[in-house]
Amino acid sequence: MTTILPRKDVVIVGLGWTGSILAHELTDEGLDVVAIERGPWRDTATDFNIGYVQDELRYAIRKDLFLQPVTEAMTMRNNTSQTALPMRDYGSFLLGNGVGGAGVHWNGHTWRFWDTDFQIADHLTRRYGAEKFAELQLQNWGVTGAELENAYDRFEYLCGISGKAGNVNGEIREGGNPFEDPRARDYPLPPMQMTYAPTLFAEAARALGYHPFPTPAANMSEDYINPLGIAMGQCTMCGFCERFGCANYSKSSAQTTVLPVLMKKKNFELRTHSEVLHVDLDASRTHARGVTYVDTSGEEFFQPADMVLLCAYGLHNVRLMMLSGIGEAYDPNTGEGTVGRNYCYQTNSGAQVFFDDKNFNPFVAAGALGQTMDDFNGDAFDHGGLDFVGGAGINCIPTNGRPIQTRPTPPGTPRWGKDWKQATVDSYKSTLSFSAQGSSYPTRGNYLDLDPTYKDRFGRPLLRVTFDFPDNDIRMASWVAGKMEGIAKELGGRQYTVSPRKKGWDSVPYQSTHNTGGATMGTDPRTSAVNKYLQSWDVPNVFVVGASAFAHNAGKNPTGTVGALAYHAADAIRQQYLRNPGQSLVSA
Amino acid sequence: MRTIALSLSLAVSALVSSSVLAQAPDDDAKIIRGRYQAVLADCAACHTKPGGASLAGGAPLQTPFGELVPPNITPDEETGIGSWTAADFRRAMKEGIGHDGKRLYPAMPYPAYTKMSDQDIDALWSYIRTVEPVHNPVEANQLPFPFNIRLVMLGWNMVNFEPGDFRPDPNRSEEWNRGAYIVQAAGHCGTCHSPKSLLGADKGDEALQGASLQGWYAPNITGNSYLGIGSWSEDEIVAYLKTGQNAHSIASGPMREAVQESTSRMNDADLKAIAVYLKSTEGGETQKPQPIAAEDPHMRAGAMIYHDTCSACHRADGTGGRQLFPALAGSPLVQQPSAETLTHVVLNGSQGAATPEARTTPAMPSFAWRLDDQQVADVLTYIRNSWGNAAPPVTADDVKAQR
Repeated sequence: MTTILPRKDVVIVGLGWTGSILAHELTDEGLDVVAIERGPWRDTATDFNIGYVQDELRYAIRKDLFLQPVTEAMTMRNNTSQTALPMRDYGSFLLGNGVGGAGVHWNGHTWRFWDTDFQIADHLTRRYGAEKFAELQLQNWGVTGAELENAYDRFEYLCGISGKAGNVNGEIREGGNPFEDPRARDYPLPPMQMTYAPTLFAEAARALGYHPFPTPAANMSEDYINPLGIAMGQCTMCGFCERFGCANYSKSSAQTTVLPVLMKKKNFELRTHSEVLHVDLDASRTHARGVTYVDTSGEEFFQPADMVLLCAYGLHNVRLMMLSGIGEAYDPNTGEGTVGRNYCYQTNSGAQVFFDDKNFNPFVAAGALGQTMDDFNGDAFDHGGLDFVGGAGINCIPTNGRPIQTRPTPPGTPRWGKDWKQATVDSYKSTLSFSAQGSSYPTRGNYLDLDPTYKDRFGRPLLRVTFDFPDNDIRMASWVAGKMEGIAKELGGRQYTVSPRKKGWDSVPYQSTHNTGGATMGTDPRTSAVNKYLQSWDVPNVFVVGASAFAHNAGKNPTGTVGALAYHAADAIRQQYLRNPGQSLVSA
Repeated sequence: MRTIALSLSLAVSALVSSSVLAQAPDDDAKIIRGRYQAVLADCAACHTKPGGASLAGGAPLQTPFGELVPPNITPDEETGIGSWTAADFRRAMKEGIGHDGKRLYPAMPYPAYTKMSDQDIDALWSYIRTVEPVHNPVEANQLPFPFNIRLVMLGWNMVNFEPGDFRPDPNRSEEWNRGAYIVQAAGHCGTCHSPKSLLGADKGDEALQGASLQGWYAPNITGNSYLGIGSWSEDEIVAYLKTGQNAHSIASGPMREAVQESTSRMNDADLKAIAVYLKSTEGGETQKPQPIAAEDPHMRAGAMIYHDTCSACHRADGTGGRQLFPALAGSPLVQQPSAETLTHVVLNGSQGAATPEARTTPAMPSFAWRLDDQQVADVLTYIRNSWGNAAPPVTADDVKAQR
């Protein structure tokens, strides 16, 4: 028995970053909006209470804020010759749950992708010829960097990003990232006060002729009031960002930047603890009637709406499209179909330098407080003589000194016992870590679909992730690791390790919650699930917003681009779609 | 919508006849003035339930004598005040007598409203007549014997109640007199902020010097520069009343509602007048005591708790953070003779007022689960005696009484 609810103008699935931004924009437009969120309500004072929020066991180890497999699991395999099995615990990536979504527990690295990302196929073809990336399924996004500049700008000002511009309207600025695309103005806040390890890293990088700069951070370097009139407080550098909510209103999230205004709007309503089962289409399969969801009592509701916005985490967006029959599922054998196509991840490598005479006080930290260099990222360097495309940002961002998980030890240290204890004591304060965050490029065989065997508690097939690191990306990681080794030597510690990403994705150890693609944006409905405005090619009153739209993943954290795409989609809806509701904004 | 309806009626009446022309604009203007009187008097604070229909009856008020439920004052004939006349209404406001002769309890602040001018009361009446009538029976009197006998109020009024108009002070400016009129009459600030006698009446000679109510302490709001708001500039007082916060403080608790429903909707000239008047008033201890020594064991314990638990937001030096974390250093609220508000906030948490200019509504979490009575007492003693603050210590028993 399904209860049919009164119609709304817009139903939003998931109230994280993109859902909050779109809800704010569309309620400003005067639309009647309801957001349906699977998880609980969360707010700063009650849920990120300063008295207990810094509980590493509860939040980092037991993953209190995250989606649990009992709610929704996924299956994984490395390639189509294997049989996928369910992940019994999330490990490699940790998905958000509840209001604010993954925007609650992120570190706050806030990047802009480059124009050479958005037009990657054209750009690489022009520079190297198409043969250079023939093994990859690289494709343009359908937008340019210039088109998204204003959307990035608005997201950065919403968040209060601390950083230093490197290129303002074409003028290169000392101390910023010289490789970034032109931006209209500087970041809203100056960079954070730098800690010791990134300072040393930057000195070493500069000595080698590289161009380090302060990582753009969604951790407040100063008190800030955003354009919505919402105040945030200066970060205390407590070192509890990733996996934690922020107790101090110092990390940008839906809670600290949008919800105080959104929740008071009369034309907005939020329903928590309500899981959307599918989008309901009409008989023509080209128009969404609304969504069906179930609350915690098991009661099912149909929420009719003129527009449906899928704003869940990217992986969930893709699964909801498949469960609802929106678009055609991707088939890796034929290369046909678009939903599930171009699933990408992140190709990360690590390095540690062990010193005898340094004290880095690692507990003085923030999620994005550090230094980055983009000299070997994207196509900032010539790949002419190299056997790969793509690259990595090299980051020295010591995010924390938390006692359970931050236990660096030099190679050769036993894994337990007296010697291990002594080594953790010796190395805790005196180890400098840095990493390479590498691009992840699509291949024909990496994709998402519905698992043929395993089902969730509602009997719906689980999402199946078929992924391994492409050979191109492994070669990239290995080459970048060579550059990391150069920096490690320049830093001059007692000893160092460099660990480049190896083949064989393992879903157990944590790697990155940067899952992208599966509902990619693009110019061609045969290779993309949504158009350049994130509008479904197949069901035009459905927009699918999030990292699911990425046609590939760059060597950068995705959230900045996710936020920008939310504004980009909101603009398209407000300025174009509402004039002709139900129509495609781009003709196929 | 009401504004549109009013201007339409203006336009129509202009076309009809000169006698209507003379009549209608006057009525419309009067209703608008009356609506503003309802803002000044904050009728909704008591007579509108959270989420309920406007003025159709409020949430129960806990008084020291028992529970009272603010009645339905919409123009509903049966359950509201639809059968009242203007004279009935004036009598209720000025004398505390309802239209059937029932004596009102002074939870309805007629001891303040009595000072309102007949003109303002009539305007308010005109406005209330336009509110949507709502059928909602409310039994106001939930008091225990003997307080449930309304005639008791006859005696109370003889002792405690002085009916009569506001008397302007000819030696003061027009602005000062306007401020005094709002504070003493419609604004009824003293209802919360003036100490009460055992009988629940304002102690006239201690007006606005601070009082306990419903687990909070409404602080001294006289011009006293130690305990009152004398150290705030007029602009800072205006900012507080208009936005719910200023550089020194953020409104929470009952004042949060007063700001949201009433003071934030007042016009700037009236807010300025209130500031001018309040700053001219006097009352309470003006000499700071010696602060408790930092070496005192309770101060030392409090300092440790403060730096562990409070300093991330309120900062190590108690200066707080803009629009988010109220400053504790130099705060009159922190140094009141009673620490009831502070205790309430530490035990239960609280959330700041939401106004168009201050939209963050930051919240303080509850620490009742984490700090025991002695720890709450120590940390409060510490903040009341640090960074130039000085105030009596807080004891574990004080905290226990509020937990």
